[in-house]
Amino acid sequence: MNLFDRFGDWVRGGQVWGSVFRHGVPRDRRTRAMAILSNVFLHLHPIAIRKSGIRLSFTWCMGGLTFFLFLVEVVTGVLLMFYYRPTVEYAYFDIQGLRAHVTLGLLREMHRWGAHAMIISIWLHMLRVFLTGSYKPPREFNWGVGVILLVLTLLLSFTGYLLPWDQLAMWAITVGSNMARATPLLGHEGPLASLITVGDVPLVHAGDDARFGLLAGTFVGPNALLRFYVLHCVFLPVVVTVLIAVHFWRIRKDGGVSGPL
Amino acid sequence: MTEMLSAGSSLLAADDSNAIKDAINALCAPHWFFILSCASITVFMVGYRRFTKPGFALFAVVGFTVFYALSALDSDFRSIIAKPDNVPITMMIYLVGFFVWLSFRQAAINDQNTEMGRPLSEAGSDDKVLVWPDLVYIELIALVLCMVFLTVWSVVLRAPLEQPANPSVIPNPSKAPWYFLGLQEMLVYFDPWIAGVLLPGLVIVGLIAVPFIDKNPRGNGYYTLRERPFAIGVFMFGFVILWVVLIVFGTFLRGPNWNFFGPYEFWDPHRPAALLNINLAEIFWVQWLGRGIPMEGWGPLPTFMVREAPGIVLLSFYFFVVPAILRYTIFRKLGAQMGFVRYALMSQLFLWMVFVPIKMVLRWTLNFKYFVAITEYFLNF
Ligand code: HEM
Repeated sequence: MNLFDRFGDWVRGGQVWGSVFRHGVPRDRRTRAMAILSNVFLHLHPIAIRKSGIRLSFTWCMGGLTFFLFLVEVVTGVLLMFYYRPTVEYAYFDIQGLRAHVTLGLLREMHRWGAHAMIISIWLHMLRVFLTGSYKPPREFNWGVGVILLVLTLLLSFTGYLLPWDQLAMWAITVGSNMARATPLLGHEGPLASLITVGDVPLVHAGDDARFGLLAGTFVGPNALLRFYVLHCVFLPVVVTVLIAVHFWRIRKDGGVSGPL
Repeated sequence: MTEMLSAGSSLLAADDSNAIKDAINALCAPHWFFILSCASITVFMVGYRRFTKPGFALFAVVGFTVFYALSALDSDFRSIIAKPDNVPITMMIYLVGFFVWLSFRQAAINDQNTEMGRPLSEAGSDDKVLVWPDLVYIELIALVLCMVFLTVWSVVLRAPLEQPANPSVIPNPSKAPWYFLGLQEMLVYFDPWIAGVLLPGLVIVGLIAVPFIDKNPRGNGYYTLRERPFAIGVFMFGFVILWVVLIVFGTFLRGPNWNFFGPYEFWDPHRPAALLNINLAEIFWVQWLGRGIPMEGWGPLPTFMVREAPGIVLLSFYFFVVPAILRYTIFRKLGAQMGFVRYALMSQLFLWMVFVPIKMVLRWTLNFKYFVAITEYFLNF
C-alpha cells in the first residue's frame, strides 16, 4: 500500500468522513446500494437499472444533459444577478461591463450558450423519447410533464433574451410578443374580442389585453424589462425545478427508463 | 477530387454570381427547398435500412460539410452563419442529423432482427446493473464533457451585444429568437392569432395528446420503424420539416422585409415586396365565374357568408368530410382501433398539420392568400 492509499484510508476511516457518508467505500453490492440510497441527490436514481437503459446509444444521456445544462444556467444565472440591474438605465451597460471589467465575465457567454444548448438538447431528448415509444403506457403522464417542461424552457429562453436590452433583444421580443395582440377574445386585434363590450364600450383594448399583461405596457419598455426579469429569474425557474422533480420521480415510479416489455 | 474541390471553392468564393451559385439559389426558392426537404426525408425513411448504413452516413456528413465549408467562402452566406446567435443553428443541423441517423440505424438493426426472429438489441431487460458505478460514472463523464464543451464555446465565441435598445430604429429584418423562427414563418401565411396562438396551442395540445391517441402497443421501449411507421412518419414530418427546416428557412433564406433570398444572395433591402396575394373568393367569383365579388347578403345570410361561400364549403369539406372519408379508407384499421373521440381528435390535429404546408405551397406558387376571409371579425383562414 502506498502513501496515497494510506492517506485515503485514513480520511475515510475518520469521524468527519463517516458523518457525511454513512457507508463504506462503494466496493461491493451492499455499499454501492448504500451510496445511492443515503445520498439525497443520487437517490433520484434507483439502485439498480436495466442494462439497456444505460446504454449511451439508447438515451444519448440527453435528459441528463438537459438537466446538467439547467444546473449550469442556475449557477451562472445567480452569479449574473450580482452584476445586473433590470432597469433601462443600467441593463445594457451592466452587460457591457460584464465583458469589460468583471473577472468572470465569461459567465455571460456560458449562460447564453448554455441556454441555446439546452434548447437543442431538450428537442433531442424529446426525439429520443418519441422514437423509442417511451411515451406509451405507463409513461403517458411523464410525457405530458415533459411537454410542459419544453414550453417552459422555451419561455425561459425567451424572457432571458430581452435582458441585455440591446437592439437584438428589444426587437426579437417585440416580434415575439406582437402575436399576443391577436389572442382570440383576449387580444385587442384578435378575433371575437370586439364582441366583448359593455354597452358601447369595448372591454378589450390595447391598454388591457393579453399583450399588455405580458409586457405591462403597450410596447417593450421598462415595465416589460422588469416583468421579464422576474419571470426569468424567479417564477419560471421555480416552476421548472418543481416539474423536473416530478419528472424524475415519475421516471422511477413508472418503472425506470423504458425497455422492451 | 482535389481538383474538383479547388474548382468548387473558386466558384463559390467568387463574390459575383455564377452558374453554380445561381443553381443553388434557385433550388432554395421556397417551394423547391420545401419539396426537396420533404422528399429527402421521405426517401430516407422508406429506404432507412439502406440509407443508415455507416457508409452512406459518412458520405452524407462529408458531403454536407464540404458544401457548408465551401459555402462559407461566399460573403453573403458567411455573414449569416458567422452571426454568434446563428452558431447554435449550425450545431442544431448537425446534431439533429446525427441523432436522426443514430435512431433510424438502431431501428433498422432491430427491425431486421425481429424479422429474422432474433432478439432486439435492447432485449435482456431483466438484466440489471447497479447504478453505482455504472450509471453515475456515465453521468459524471457526460457532465465533464458538457462543461468542457461549454467552456470552450464560451471562450472562443463572445455572446452578442448589439447597439443599446432603441425604439425608433427598427432593424430590417426583425427576427424572433431563432427557436421561434418557425412560428414567425407562419405569420406569413396565417393571421397572427392562428400563427401565434392557435398553431402553437395545437402543437402543445397535440404533443400532450400523443400517448392517448397512439394506441399501438408495439414499439414501446426500443427503436423501430416497421412497427409504427405512421406515428413516426407524422412526428418526423412535424419535427424535422415543420420545426427544424422552417428554422433553417427563417435563418438562411429570410432577409429584409421578410423577402426570400437565396443563400448566396445579397440581402438587398430595396427589393420590392411580393406581389399582391389573392383570396379564394376572388378566384372563384371573379376569375372563374367572371362576375364581381358579391356585395350583398342572400336571404338571412349576411354578405360575408355569401362572399366566402366557396371557401367555407371547401374548408368544411376538408375538416369534416375528409376525416370521414379517411376513416373508411386509409385509416380503416386505425380508426376502428381508436374509437370515435380519439379518431376525431387525431384527424383534426393531423389535418391542421397538413393545412400548414398546403397554404405555404399555394402561397409560393399561386400567391394565394385566404380560403375564407371574414375580415369583419378578423376571422381569416
Ligand atoms: C427540462 C427538461 C427535461 C429534463 C431535465 C428531462 C430529464 C429526463 C431524464 C434525465 C430522463 C431519463 C432518461 C433519459 O435521459 O432519457 C428523462 C426521461 C423521460 N423524459 Fe424527460 N426531461 C426533460 C424534458 C422532457 C420532454 C420535453 C419530454 C417529452 C416531451 C420528456 C419526456 C420524458 C419521458 C417520457 C421520459 C421517460 C423515458 C423512458 O422511460 O425511456 N422529458 N427525462
